[in-house]
Amino acid sequence: MKKISRRNFLLASGAVTIGAALAACGGSSASTSTASSAAASSAASEAPAAQGKVLNIWCWNDEFQSRFNAYYPEVSEVAEDKSTTTLKDGTVVKWTINPNENNNYQNKLDEALLSQDSAADDDKIDIFLIEADYALKYVDSDYALDVKADIGLTDDDLSGQYQYTKDIVTVDGSQRGTTWQATPGLFAYRRSIAKDVLGTDDPTEVQSYLSDWDKFNDVAAQAYAKGYKMLSGFDDSFRTFSNNISAPWVDGTTINVDPNMMKWVDQTKEYTDKGYNNKSSLWDSQWAADQGPTGKVFGFFYSTWGINFTLLGNSLETPVADGETPQVGNGIYGDYAVCEGPQPYYWGGTWICGAAGSDNIELIRDIMQKLTCDEAIMKQITLDTQDYTNNEKAMNEIANSDYSSDFLGGQNHIALFAEAAGKIDMSNAGPYDQGITESFQAAFKDYFTGNVDEDTAKANFQTAIQEKYPELTDVVWPA
Amino acid sequence: MGEKKKKGSISYAKWGYIFIAPFFIIFAVFQLIPLVSTIYYSFFEYYRSGLKVIGPNFVGLKNYITLFATDLPKYFGNTLILWIIGFIPQIAVSLLLAAWFTDLRLKLKGQTFFKTVIYMPNLIMASAFAMLFFALFSDNGPVNSVLLSMGILDEPFSFMNSVWGNRGLVGLMNFLMWFGNTTIMLMAAIMGVDPTLYEAAELDGCTPNQMFWKITIPLIRPILIYVMITSMIGGLQMFDVPQILTNGKGGPNRTSTTMIMYLNNHLFSKNYGMAGAVSVVLFLVCAVLCVVVYFSLTKEDDGLTRAQRKELKAARKAAAKAAKGGN
Repeated sequence: MKKISRRNFLLASGAVTIGAALAACGGSSASTSTASSAAASSAASEAPAAQGKVLNIWCWNDEFQSRFNAYYPEVSEVAEDKSTTTLKDGTVVKWTINPNENNNYQNKLDEALLSQDSAADDDKIDIFLIEADYALKYVDSDYALDVKADIGLTDDDLSGQYQYTKDIVTVDGSQRGTTWQATPGLFAYRRSIAKDVLGTDDPTEVQSYLSDWDKFNDVAAQAYAKGYKMLSGFDDSFRTFSNNISAPWVDGTTINVDPNMMKWVDQTKEYTDKGYNNKSSLWDSQWAADQGPTGKVFGFFYSTWGINFTLLGNSLETPVADGETPQVGNGIYGDYAVCEGPQPYYWGGTWICGAAGSDNIELIRDIMQKLTCDEAIMKQITLDTQDYTNNEKAMNEIANSDYSSDFLGGQNHIALFAEAAGKIDMSNAGPYDQGITESFQAAFKDYFTGNVDEDTAKANFQTAIQEKYPELTDVVWPA
Repeated sequence: MGEKKKKGSISYAKWGYIFIAPFFIIFAVFQLIPLVSTIYYSFFEYYRSGLKVIGPNFVGLKNYITLFATDLPKYFGNTLILWIIGFIPQIAVSLLLAAWFTDLRLKLKGQTFFKTVIYMPNLIMASAFAMLFFALFSDNGPVNSVLLSMGILDEPFSFMNSVWGNRGLVGLMNFLMWFGNTTIMLMAAIMGVDPTLYEAAELDGCTPNQMFWKITIPLIRPILIYVMITSMIGGLQMFDVPQILTNGKGGPNRTSTTMIMYLNNHLFSKNYGMAGAVSVVLFLVCAVLCVVVYFSLTKEDDGLTRAQRKELKAARKAAAKAAKGGN
């Protein structure tokens, strides 16, 4: 029976359509009941009865996916193209990955969440990931489930996590996301270049040369004299300034540009004019190349994930994809080291949220428990991948051990991170941060490259913001 | 008799309506309704703030006023500039190639091969083409390294950060993508010209140059206008090439931001009001151009002046009257 007659085909497709329509109707009623029970905070207790066989996870890169496939104990099989992961009980995890840039991921996610009620059970989003820059937008909505009341994690489960990682996703006392990583930022520098410029590559001594912005500028001048660039591009130091603003960007419908942001503009303009940077932009090919064997850049501001996820990959001569292992001798593996840099900051961080309407509450609870609360797994992730995980006790254990990173030339960077993690202050984060950050960087790039003057750049920022966020009507610049 | 009458009254017209119905249904669902709702929403404040939908609130012409008071003229200018720097080389090269390919005296070898090759860039997706150029002309891309190693440049030239570098690349890409298509169209037009005209001209001692300017160009004028107007409408809707080349940012100081990119920016925040207003303006401009092309194509060119035509018409009328009266 290879051929299906046209009539049977029509019948079959009709049946499928009707079935889907029915399922959609059933889905919406099921979700409303979940939502209402969520209000009564009893979803977790009644959920285990019927668990869906498909778990939909939305994210913007493969970072969580690789953690999940490697460390979630229930994983039994990963599809060849990595689009799905099968668990031991037969549940299929479907990955939907949309790139982050230009609010793309947020827009796609918004679309999907808004139609969550009418989607078939197996198409509903079960888990979505959010980033610090827009976490508030989602945790302040009804689409993210309360991790304790709705999903069923206990205070005991969450007790090992850094407090700030819980605070940022908590609205009115209800925590709506949980993360496996803490993201303090450091300055990663090239040992060989530091030796040439400063005469030392020891992290403590290098730090003493870079401990405030004046000293940092002096080192930039020295590096330039020796033919190096201090930073790769315009946006490298952005986070060290934007994390140290005195108030959130947006107040009501007004954007208040913090004086600290104008300091970033002035510094970057100076660096560009004097040739202290290589005129790249974040994530472009020049920026990536600057981190590799041919790069002549002193260092990069990076937070935890950047070191094991981005910097390590870029530092290799032969990429891992070509079957080469990351080890000393491949590119400049081992030539980086980290120090605190001039100002404490954080960058990024990914939170896992359970989506309202999910039919896999029990599984979500288990994933959150295993991948963000389980001390042993957290510790193992750090030991294997050099990521900095969200478990204070495990991290302090590693910080005080003789752990060392080959990639960082034998340095125990966890110790530095552990110290920096305590200083993270996310109280000025807001729901508009990603759009504002990208527009701010893009608008002032024209100023740095000399295409426009500062006032035009300011006007362009204002135009871009009004396109992205029509509700923000005013931009106030510091006097 | 009654039976016959019944049979005669069967209307076949309904079958006609049934046969043309699919078009009208599809047109209504996919074109007319969106068109009307676009115009409708252009008078509203209607966008999304985070996950909350704001509006629709009626605001009258506010969207249009904002549009013309602030940005639209600039993006309209950008679009025209980007179109012109692509169109001028395109029409020049296409005319030249079409003349060469159709010239019987030249007897070019491998014509089919070249016709295929020049058409090829049009088969590549515009986005893929733009990605390719983005990689080729990036600061550390192959073009810069070739120029450096040949000693033409001392340090990499940042195409993407210079206004004319960016616009030039967009123009170059549009030229490369469309000159093959235009060549084929102009060839068809030139081949439609009566060859005896060329023979007669040759006997009268015309140079090839004169034949081209005095015979070919005037006779293919309708097609030339058609090519120009369609290209202009395509140019007004230019989006994918500059969008991808500039990574959605529209070039330094928004100098490569086209009308549709501006529209797209509004759609990112689901701002149906402003996006609708931009669309309506674009629609009107395109409609005017379509009317122009319609009249320029349907106008009969019989070599007469307007006064002569009027005279002719009056004469015909008189003749018809006379014939009727005679009957």
